[in-house]
Amino acid sequence: MKAAPFAYHDPRSVEEALHLLATLENARLLAGGQSLMPMLNMRVAFPDHLIDLNRVEGLAGVTAEGGALRIGAMTRQRDIEESPLVRAHLPLMSEALTHVGHRQTRNRGTIGGSLCNLDPSAELVAVATALDAVLEVQGPSGARDLSIHELPLGFMTPSLAPEEMLTAIRIPLPPAGHGAAFEEFARRHGDYAITSAAAVLVLEGGRIARASLTLGGVGAGPLRLRSAEAALAGQAPSEALLREAAAACGSIDAMSDPQAPAWYRRRLAATLARRALTAAASRATTPARQGGLA
Amino acid sequence: MTEALDVTLTVNGERHAVRVEARRTLADALREDCGLTGTHLGCEHGVCGACTVLLDGEPVRACLLFAVQAQGRAIRTVEGLAEGGELSPLQRAFIENHALQCGYCTPGFLMLGTALLERDPTMSDEALVDALSSNICRCTGYANIAKAVRAAAAEMRERVPA
Repeated sequence: MKAAPFAYHDPRSVEEALHLLATLENARLLAGGQSLMPMLNMRVAFPDHLIDLNRVEGLAGVTAEGGALRIGAMTRQRDIEESPLVRAHLPLMSEALTHVGHRQTRNRGTIGGSLCNLDPSAELVAVATALDAVLEVQGPSGARDLSIHELPLGFMTPSLAPEEMLTAIRIPLPPAGHGAAFEEFARRHGDYAITSAAAVLVLEGGRIARASLTLGGVGAGPLRLRSAEAALAGQAPSEALLREAAAACGSIDAMSDPQAPAWYRRRLAATLARRALTAAASRATTPARQGGLA
Repeated sequence: MTEALDVTLTVNGERHAVRVEARRTLADALREDCGLTGTHLGCEHGVCGACTVLLDGEPVRACLLFAVQAQGRAIRTVEGLAEGGELSPLQRAFIENHALQCGYCTPGFLMLGTALLERDPTMSDEALVDALSSNICRCTGYANIAKAVRAAAAEMRERVPA
C-alpha cells in the first residue's frame, strides 16, 4: 500500500507544467490527489513522473464572466461548495457537492481532477454535463475550448491529448428562478453513487421553457436524456408529465457491475429522475427579470 | 529508488527537517521520520479517516498527501491537542463519554472533531453526524463519538460566548 517510486516535479506556472507534460515519458498530473493517490498507493497507477499542480499559480478560484461562472481547474471542491457565487447561480452544483466524498477529501479534491478522472459515477461530471459546461484546455499548440459532452471517450478516458491539461471550466448561468435538483443513491453517504440524476427546469409563463436531465453511474459516461427533455419542453410541469418523463429512464442502456445489475440501475434511474424533476419543478419560479442566460 | 528530498514539516508549531522520497506520504513521514506515531494508518487509500490531520486548520487525510506537498504548511496532529499536560476539552469528552474502545480510530476522530468545533461549535446534530461519517470506527457504533463531540461543543460554547 505504498506508491511505487516516481520522480516528483513541482512547477509554478501552467507553461512550466505543459513543458514537463510534453517532454517527460509516462507522466501524470497530480491535482487534489483524492483519486490518484489511492491508485498510486494500491499500485493501480505507476507513473515514472508526477507533475504536482498544487503550487501552480492562477489555477484556482471562482469568477463571474459574461453570463458564465468560470471555475479554475484546481479549485478545491470545498471552496466551490462554499462559494457564494456558486450557491447563488449554480445551486445544482452546491447540492451535488455535499455528496462528493467527505469534508477531508473535499478540502483537497478539485473540480478539474474530478472531471479528468471521469469516474462514471462522479457527481461533478454529471452536474457539468447537465449544465453544458465548457472546458478550457491548454496544450503545446495553445488553448482550446472543449464541450463537456465531448469529454468522455470511454470508461474513465477523457478526450484530452497526453500533452494537454484542463485549466478551467466555464458554466453558462441558467436564468434566475430556474429550478435544479440532484438526487443519488449510494450504499453509504459519501460513496460514489450507484446511480444519480441531475435536473434543471426553466419555467416561462407556467410552462417548461427548457429542461435538462442527466443520469450518472448508468454507463461509462453521464447520459443526457435528450428525448425526455424534448418531451418536457413547452408543457406545464404537472406531476403526471414529470412521472412520464422519468419513466423513460426505465428503458435506457445501463451497465452491470459488482455493485448493481443493469435492471436495478434502470429502476433507480427512473425513481431518482422523478424525484429530481419534481424537486426542480417545485424550486423553479418564473423570473421577474431574465437572468444571464448565455 | 528515486532521490530523497529535503523537506521541512511544521508539526504542532515545531519544525522537523526530514529527508524523504517523493512517494513518502505525509502520514508515513509523521510516523517514521518525525517519530509522531499518534497519527494512525488504517486503509492507506483514503477511506477510513484514521490518519486525519489538520493542514492549515482544515482536516485532510494524511495518506492522500505526500510529505513534500506539506512543506510550508501548518500541520496539527493528535500530539498537539493537549496543552501543558492537560487534555483538550474534546479529549476529556472522549474519555467521559466512552467514545473509544480499542483507540485505533481515535486520533483521526479527535482531529476531525477539533476542526469541526473550532470552525463552528454551534453546528447542528445533522451536520455533525454528516461530517463524522467520513471516519470509520469498528468498536463504538459512533453514538458515543457524536455524544462526546456534542459535549465538547457545549463546553466550548460556554467558554467563548458568541
